[in-house]
Amino acid sequence: MTPRGAQTPVTPSDPGDSLLQALVRRQWTHGGIDEIAMAEIAGRYGVSVGEVRGVVHFYAFLDDASGVTHDIRVSDNIVDRMAGSAELMALLARETGLSPGESRGPARLSFTSCIGLSDQGPSLLVNGLAMARVDAGRAAQIAERVRRGESVSRWPASWFTIEDNVRLPGRLLRGAFAPGEALGRARRIGSAALLDELEASGLRGRGGAGFPTARKWRLCAAAPGAHRVVVCNADEGEPGTFKDRVLLANHADRLLEGMAVCAAATGADIGLVYLRGEYRNLLDGLEGAISRLRAAGVIGDGFDVHVHLGAGAYICGEESALIESLEGHRGVPRIRPPFPVTRGYRGHPTVVNNVETFIAAAMVALNGPGWLREEGTPQSAGTRLLSVSGDCASPGIYEVPFGISIAEVLERCEARDTRAVQVGGPAGSLVPATRFDHRISHEDYSTGGSFMVFDDSRDLLDVVTNFTRFFTHESCGFCTPCRVGGALLGKRLDKIAGGGGTRVDVETMRQFAGVMRSASHCGLGQTASNPVMDLIEYFPEAIDARLCSMDYAPAFDLDAALREARELTGRDDPRAHLDRSEA
Amino acid sequence: MSVLIVDGREIEFEPPATIIEACNKAGVYLPHLCWRPDFSPHGSCRVCTVRANGREVAACITAAEDGMRVENTADDIVEKRKTLLSMLFVEGNHVCPACEKSGNCQLQAVAYYHGVTAPTLTYFYPPRPLDASHPDVVIDLNRCILCELCVRASRQSDGKNVFSIGGRGIDAHLVVNSETGRLGDSELDIDDRAAHICPVGAILPRRGAFQTPIGRRKYDIDPIDVAGDASEGET
Repeated sequence: MTPRGAQTPVTPSDPGDSLLQALVRRQWTHGGIDEIAMAEIAGRYGVSVGEVRGVVHFYAFLDDASGVTHDIRVSDNIVDRMAGSAELMALLARETGLSPGESRGPARLSFTSCIGLSDQGPSLLVNGLAMARVDAGRAAQIAERVRRGESVSRWPASWFTIEDNVRLPGRLLRGAFAPGEALGRARRIGSAALLDELEASGLRGRGGAGFPTARKWRLCAAAPGAHRVVVCNADEGEPGTFKDRVLLANHADRLLEGMAVCAAATGADIGLVYLRGEYRNLLDGLEGAISRLRAAGVIGDGFDVHVHLGAGAYICGEESALIESLEGHRGVPRIRPPFPVTRGYRGHPTVVNNVETFIAAAMVALNGPGWLREEGTPQSAGTRLLSVSGDCASPGIYEVPFGISIAEVLERCEARDTRAVQVGGPAGSLVPATRFDHRISHEDYSTGGSFMVFDDSRDLLDVVTNFTRFFTHESCGFCTPCRVGGALLGKRLDKIAGGGGTRVDVETMRQFAGVMRSASHCGLGQTASNPVMDLIEYFPEAIDARLCSMDYAPAFDLDAALREARELTGRDDPRAHLDRSEA
Repeated sequence: MSVLIVDGREIEFEPPATIIEACNKAGVYLPHLCWRPDFSPHGSCRVCTVRANGREVAACITAAEDGMRVENTADDIVEKRKTLLSMLFVEGNHVCPACEKSGNCQLQAVAYYHGVTAPTLTYFYPPRPLDASHPDVVIDLNRCILCELCVRASRQSDGKNVFSIGGRGIDAHLVVNSETGRLGDSELDIDDRAAHICPVGAILPRRGAFQTPIGRRKYDIDPIDVAGDASEGET
């Protein structure tokens, strides 16, 4: 057993394969992976059955039984909830007779984390394929076909139509070039000049952290290794983000050429796209683009690109967890340093960049550094794709210059009576109206592009509880603060929402948040308490109104503890309950 | 030789070393659970959190640097450790008075060291199974803290691969790498280091319980900063 992150042999011809990819394929072909299949796959990949089980149980989209014919997963993002996903779930459950979350039988119904369709919810996945705007009529049709046991392959293709909803295109979305043009110029000027231009352009990673792209590429180029690897992070999992969905669907050629430009700059020979499982409907288009660019000679000679599919794990958007997942393992973030630029995929120096970053890099390679600098701010050059959703008249993609104020974005998307905006998704910031003059930029509110709008009819405690549950569900479970802290936060929020919360609970949440922020192993745990802390800081009334007057109330709910006894005795009369007011 | 300044006291160390390695060699106690000097660092329990040059880090996975200032006993750091320890207690089912590891348990000893003597957080009461299928070793997952010392011991010391982690989030749990998932069907042998490394009472060799009576056990005699890590296999 090699330690995690160790350098292992890799030949450029097989980087498209891994244990996880074998499991994903098996899930598709057999509706799950039963024990016999696990043993067979374990033998093929030289690992134990226990490890295969560990991988299967890590990824939400892998089932440990075979024969699941209809797997319906309703998107659980708060914006989908606002669009009626809870009602949709109730309707589907009633019409199909399925119990949500029940993991037996050939047809299954459950909630899943945001699937990247917040602009056209409520949305769901059927056997991994996305469906948007699922109204009551469509839900009834779905239920009918599930009841009949009709294969999803025979369902009308029109049900799976996804809108782009590009509301405001800018230089990145409008930009275009013939295959090979950007790479051709990159090769002509040479890698040193290319890296200088990239640095001069001020391009920073579009994933949200804003690391200077040229610096990352230089570190990889300088690191010793028999191979170098370029990875595109297309695991767009931050709830409320969907801009990569549109970029992958319509601009995959430029993305792949951006990866080829990176390979030219760093000397990489292996290219990998990690496509989130929720975007399986984009796989054929992406494979088509790869074939086109191979035919055009942009990739395939000295640097080729393969696609890996995720399987329902938000944590794999974290770059070292993504690399673990590419290698076929559970998506647990690595200890850093070493960083991927020196020891990444199978131990080789690896660049991991966002979809939008590679496209912007291709445009800089084609047009020179000035192209990006024409818009934006000194620290944040160029434009930013915002995924706008929630309470506004025109949800969709807005390409805006860095430095735009939150108020301007709200005006553009025709939002009214806005109480708050969640900038950067749950891991970002809940912004109150008093701060709408702040700007989208690395200097002010940095964001991966999620922009969720909540008007004054919304209960922000609901919003924050949804986000906290999301993090609890998506925690990999490796480190104590994130694994336990997130679950504890959720319990306190439920206590407050139920009317049993006190001041002490608010202070206790601060205590958990402090530990999660400073002691967690990766960004997920470090940011998972942001929604709660922003709510306490900016919207104390959303909590205070729910607190009972006591300074302290026990977290232990005696009445809830009697639930099992009630179920066993078949009682639910008033005398089988404890009345809180008598206590 | 380089110098680390721990709570104002200078200690020398030979780089490369992590903060905890440097402290351990110099005899400065830094509370920890998932770290052992002879295994690769893991960084999961986070009990060794310190402030190094102003930044809070896990000492077991952070390189010591010459002149680095480390705060190990600052009040706020200790408070965070106490919260982390409480988290580990409430996510499982730790009933010290009824546990045969009591007095030899590292979780209990670190908690006492930091003054965590009673639970303050909400218990989860998770239903966790017991695996008594092995003739010589019992697994009680109620007490597992996911430190993965057994996972590492099996792979790095025993040349086997008996344990892995399954599930995720709060449902993450230790799994046994055997066809049936049961310990009795695995390659674990009583002489394996993995059978004895557990710092809490989750993996227990049979027929050794209470040979040393309560009151005369390792941490009954000395606190953990004096007594050191839990002895392997002692119950």
